[in-house]
Amino acid sequence: MKLTPAQSEKIARTVIWAAALLVIGLLSFIIVYILVKGLPVINVQFLTDNPRSMGRTGGIASSIVGTFMVTVLAIAIVIPFGIGTAFYLAEYTKGNMLTRVIRFSAESLAGIPSIVYGLFGFIFFVIYLKLGWSILSGGLTLAFMILPTVIRTSEEAILAVPLIYREVSFSLSATKWQTISRVVFPSALLGIVNGIILSIGRCVAETAAVMLTAGLALGMPTSIFSPTRTMAVHFYVLAMEGISTENAFGTAALLIVLILLINVVANTLVNRFMAKGR
Amino acid sequence: MTDNVLSSNQRVKLRTDSLNLFYGSFHALGDISMEIYDRSITAIIGPSGCGKSTLLRVFNRMNDLIPGVRVEGEVLLDDFSVYGKNTDVVSLRRKVGMVFQRPNVFPKSIYDNIAIGPRKHGIKRTRQLDEIVEHSLCQVALWGEVKDDLKKSGLELTPGQQQRLCIARAIAVEPDVILMDESCSALDPESTMKIEELMFSLVEKYTIIIVTHNMEQALRVSDMAAFLMIGQDRIGKLVEYGPTIGMFSSPKDKRTEDYITGRFG
Ligand SMILES: Nc1ncnc2c1ncn2[C@@H]1O[C@H](COP(=O)(O)OP(=O)(O)OP(=O)(O)O)[C@@H](O)[C@H]1O
Ligand SMILES: [Mg+2]
Repeated sequence: MKLTPAQSEKIARTVIWAAALLVIGLLSFIIVYILVKGLPVINVQFLTDNPRSMGRTGGIASSIVGTFMVTVLAIAIVIPFGIGTAFYLAEYTKGNMLTRVIRFSAESLAGIPSIVYGLFGFIFFVIYLKLGWSILSGGLTLAFMILPTVIRTSEEAILAVPLIYREVSFSLSATKWQTISRVVFPSALLGIVNGIILSIGRCVAETAAVMLTAGLALGMPTSIFSPTRTMAVHFYVLAMEGISTENAFGTAALLIVLILLINVVANTLVNRFMAKGR
Repeated sequence: MTDNVLSSNQRVKLRTDSLNLFYGSFHALGDISMEIYDRSITAIIGPSGCGKSTLLRVFNRMNDLIPGVRVEGEVLLDDFSVYGKNTDVVSLRRKVGMVFQRPNVFPKSIYDNIAIGPRKHGIKRTRQLDEIVEHSLCQVALWGEVKDDLKKSGLELTPGQQQRLCIARAIAVEPDVILMDESCSALDPESTMKIEELMFSLVEKYTIIIVTHNMEQALRVSDMAAFLMIGQDRIGKLVEYGPTIGMFSSPKDKRTEDYITGRFG
């Protein structure tokens, strides 16, 4: 039997529609399931108490603080290097050997599973540099992990700045540095910030890389040299070792809410500035 | 309006001598020698792709931004070698400003659009910047229209106003020469007329070089006209150069005549 164009069109539509519906349905099911199970666990006590008896009871305050510190540290480290490299690639080189090496390395690094970063961080920062399991080791490792993404998103944002803006700036007798700092950077800032916000999400959600470098300690961290157990790791341990399904769901729900929040912030930021720029 | 035929002793502002330009191996401009007179309007005309923009961008070395561009021959601004070994491109562009085809204001306030050039040159005092902004906007006849909303985004202006803002932005750097590459082609006739009027007032102080596809415009505004065309060898050449009225009334070269009559339709 031969299908008329209209029939095949209809079939294709149905299939695509069904596929999309299935994916959206599954995703919302997972999110809703975790939120339904986890949100009731979250209360003031859960947020402000430290875990007790391995996390069977008590809250996750130390994990929240640890997650925050590791993430902030990773972002603080990655910002100068990632953005600097992106500007170097986009503005200062015209595809020479060095650029190709940097790009190739960045692309390869982006494809490496996070546990490999964890292993590297463990061997290099924890053991070799004697930083121990600490927020510092964890932050450094995460910085390495998100570096390729930050470089790539920043470079894309820089390249997306219209050439004419650069031309206008140069025609107003600006130097290269003035053009980059006063015209290109402000125009690219939004895209750069967006890439960084997405990286924050990845840091918050990471388990393997931080477990091996920041450790599993449950106490409240006092400095960047303290070990800590981030929320994602805490959730993993609680669930894997069957310590407390309830608290695991609570932690997971908080993680999901955080990640959603981060993405909402990123999106509003983009939309707000897009509207303003037009 | 075009009857201020140039006196033979008019000062030369820009001079090219056997100028050749290559985009990599592509020979875009061949042996161009011409003199551009101070405080006059020179129009560069010719068919698409003959090298008008390329020639215009020689004068402020905008071509430097394109990798692989090579320039041979001499280009002089006053007595200053544009492509000289020790030439500082930044100070060259301070003397030779440019207005582009599309109004391309920055997504900033009207004030900041104009102040961007002066700020780059280290002017920080608010009073001084205010003066420059007002003076530049007055010169492009935009002050009256925008003086109450200088903080408004430049993008909220009409295209015609935006282009005048771009001219003001170029003037704020206080150049000697203003290059305009088809700066009216994206505008309606009324805005075009405003900009042409502007050229007449600006030419009292500045040397203006325009590229245009509009023959009526070239005839209306320019004192001198340069006709460029691609030769048999695919190289852009200066076919004819002289006072605009002379060229339009009695072109010396058959190709000029064909082009001009063709464009007038
Ligand atoms: N960046 C570039 N790289 C290589 N070739 C170029 C470049 N820019 C222009 N050319 C070539 O140089 C020649 C002259 O181009 P140019 O833009 O100066 O022409 P034009 O007279 O301004 O044309 P138009 O009227 O369409 O604006 C064309 O053949 C064009 O293809
Ligand atoms: Mg052109």
